[in-house]
Amino acid sequence: MELYSQILLIFPVLLVLITLAAYGSYAERRVAAAFQQRVGPNRVGPFGLLQPLADVLKLMIKEDVTPANADKLLHFLSPIISVATAMIMFGVIPLAKFGDSFLVISDVNIGILYLLGVTSVSVYGITLAGWASNGKYSLLGGLRASAQMISYELPLGLAVVSVIILTNARMPMGSDFLSVTSIVEAQRGAWNLFINPLGFIIFYICVLAESARTPFDLVEAEQELVGGFHTEYSSLKFGMFMVVEFLHLVIPPAIITTVFLGGYLGPFEGALGVAQWGNTAQILWGLGWFLTKTFTIAFTFMWIRWTLPRFKYNQLMDLGWKRLLPLALINLVVVAIGAAIYVFQTAG
Amino acid sequence: MVSYLPIFVLIALAIGLGFLLANLSRFLGPFRPSAKKGLIYESGMDPVGSAHDRFSVKFYLVAMLFILFDIEVVFMYPWAVNYKELILETNSLFPLYEMLTFIGILFVGYIYVFKKGGLKWV
Repeated sequence: MELYSQILLIFPVLLVLITLAAYGSYAERRVAAAFQQRVGPNRVGPFGLLQPLADVLKLMIKEDVTPANADKLLHFLSPIISVATAMIMFGVIPLAKFGDSFLVISDVNIGILYLLGVTSVSVYGITLAGWASNGKYSLLGGLRASAQMISYELPLGLAVVSVIILTNARMPMGSDFLSVTSIVEAQRGAWNLFINPLGFIIFYICVLAESARTPFDLVEAEQELVGGFHTEYSSLKFGMFMVVEFLHLVIPPAIITTVFLGGYLGPFEGALGVAQWGNTAQILWGLGWFLTKTFTIAFTFMWIRWTLPRFKYNQLMDLGWKRLLPLALINLVVVAIGAAIYVFQTAG
Repeated sequence: MVSYLPIFVLIALAIGLGFLLANLSRFLGPFRPSAKKGLIYESGMDPVGSAHDRFSVKFYLVAMLFILFDIEVVFMYPWAVNYKELILETNSLFPLYEMLTFIGILFVGYIYVFKKGGLKWV
């Protein structure tokens, strides 16, 4: 893609992300209501579709309170860090392929490292929010968040290594094995979900924990910590943390889709001759499959949220350090052996 | 051609959007600070002491263990990227054995931390 069209692509992507975050809150509440045999928000507009707008407007005209003995600068900066890091993750995720180019903001050759790096930085937003508020609930929420996120980053990183090996084994020599588009293109024969199922399970659990969704939402466990790290936030700054929470309903599923479910790849592409279609048709086809898979994963996120109870903190740490970490190491060894066999076979 | 420019534009826009949102309610909402409002929330009681106090050492322990293991995971990336090339070049399973040794050493460290009770939370 041309440079200017890549930059132009940023605006619709940001717009769609914000809209999806707003409607994520609506979808989450309606789905929750359905799971609990309630109706959910249905008063504002047809089917309650204007509910997110009403929520944002309400938050906008509320007073923005900063605690007197808080660290003012960090208290101001941490919601910005949270929102920004959540949004910039989408920069390397390919949405579709047309001809030889990809519909992506930038296909940097270290895309997957970029994703991991941004994930690490996003920990700061929550931790600093908890620390800067200078409240005990907030501090505990922030500490829990940082310990939880860094613990689950290890198995996450190991699962990614196994995916890189699979990409490396299947892509032609000399491609950028760390770029997100090669990870998707390598899945043209078979999705990583099918050849690396254990890796998928580890990755899925870790992504769930990284985005602090139930059953890993000890960061803001209402019953113990009031609001956790965002107890001392009000008005739109609180709204920004909510935006992040609902962005976590879109972006992590998009990453799972890209890394394990073949991203924009649809079934029977070879038989249908997708590569010969026009550009618009190819973009619609890729985008359609990408969104379908992403929303399916997002629905499983909600399903899990309204099915499983929250972990205790020691259970959470045990799962991360004592189960997932050794499991991820074993999975890596198995994948490496399988990839070696594959390489020898294809080399003749 | 790889270009980081769109990524930088995206980062700038996302931060700009963050600043806009964080300042919006300052203009749209009321601003009437008071001593009581400036207190932190502690379930309706007067707050006791400061929160910037000592906290459990376990959080430090987790952070240190994370750094140790994460660096070792980082060493696996260059290996994974060159895996096929190394196998075809040496025409043997040497790259696999090498990484098995590395993971083995890592695992011994893991067992040590485990036995020392470094992973015990309660």
